[in-house]
Amino acid sequence: MVKQPPIDYIERTQKQYEALGYPSYQWVYSDTAVPLAPLKKPLSEAKLSLIASGGLYTRGQVAFHYKDDLSYREINVLGPAADLRASHFAYDLAPVREDPNVVFPVEPLKELVASGFLGALAERAYTFMGGIYSARKVKDVLAPALAERMLSDQPDVVLLVPA
Amino acid sequence: MGLIAREIEALGIPTLCLSSAYSITRAARPPRASFVDFPLGHTSGRPHALDEQAAMMTEALKGFEDITQSGDIKTLPYEWLADHSWKDAVMQPAAPGAAGDGSDFRLPRFETPQYQFEADAEVADVSCPTCVFLT
Repeated sequence: MVKQPPIDYIERTQKQYEALGYPSYQWVYSDTAVPLAPLKKPLSEAKLSLIASGGLYTRGQVAFHYKDDLSYREINVLGPAADLRASHFAYDLAPVREDPNVVFPVEPLKELVASGFLGALAERAYTFMGGIYSARKVKDVLAPALAERMLSDQPDVVLLVPA
Repeated sequence: MGLIAREIEALGIPTLCLSSAYSITRAARPPRASFVDFPLGHTSGRPHALDEQAAMMTEALKGFEDITQSGDIKTLPYEWLADHSWKDAVMQPAAPGAAGDGSDFRLPRFETPQYQFEADAEVADVSCPTCVFLT
């Protein structure tokens, strides 16, 4: 069987945009490392907050739009899974619409809590759209807003899942 | 996602990013990452494969304890298929003789809410207390 290294999506996006005559996408490059915050308790006692992009919302909420949507949604992880929806401009939606856990892993996280591997799953998860052109807006607006929610929810660890 | 993880970590809360796009994660440099070599749209697993999803999640979360160097990416031992040739066609142009299948899932950048079902639009609460609109 032929093995291949991971796909270089930066390179493929550049080529695809070039072929379409689009201006090249400016990926985020961080040249510094953020010091690791220490884990204050073992995972088996830790409360985890979930943040996901991928355009998930629940029935009853306003859906995301496709042009640099900086908004986010609060989703109760105890809510009915049948009410979860996904809407996004950039990835194949068939799998997530079949099973939202492919990019919003609430059920596997609940399994880990049930087995004792993880302490708890925070009731509020947060979702947003992703694919926002302006890295500056993500850095100056969305990231601090979500970070503030984490300060008030006080999880011990945060899991972030892009689509 | 990397920018958000960095912001939260800087406040003293440990973070971990899942990723299926190694190069993008490498560039953005979130504090901790677990890499899953699956096609985009399956960062936390295949549909209706709860046992595998849970096993992957267990491996991924161990990164909170195993990763000791900021920016490290832990590759999880999962393959989409034993044969990796699915990677050939991803985001490649579908020119005659080219590897690509022309798969391009991008939709126009509509500026109004895009509901999965039309019926969702009818039941959506426009004042939405659980939606936070930022500009």
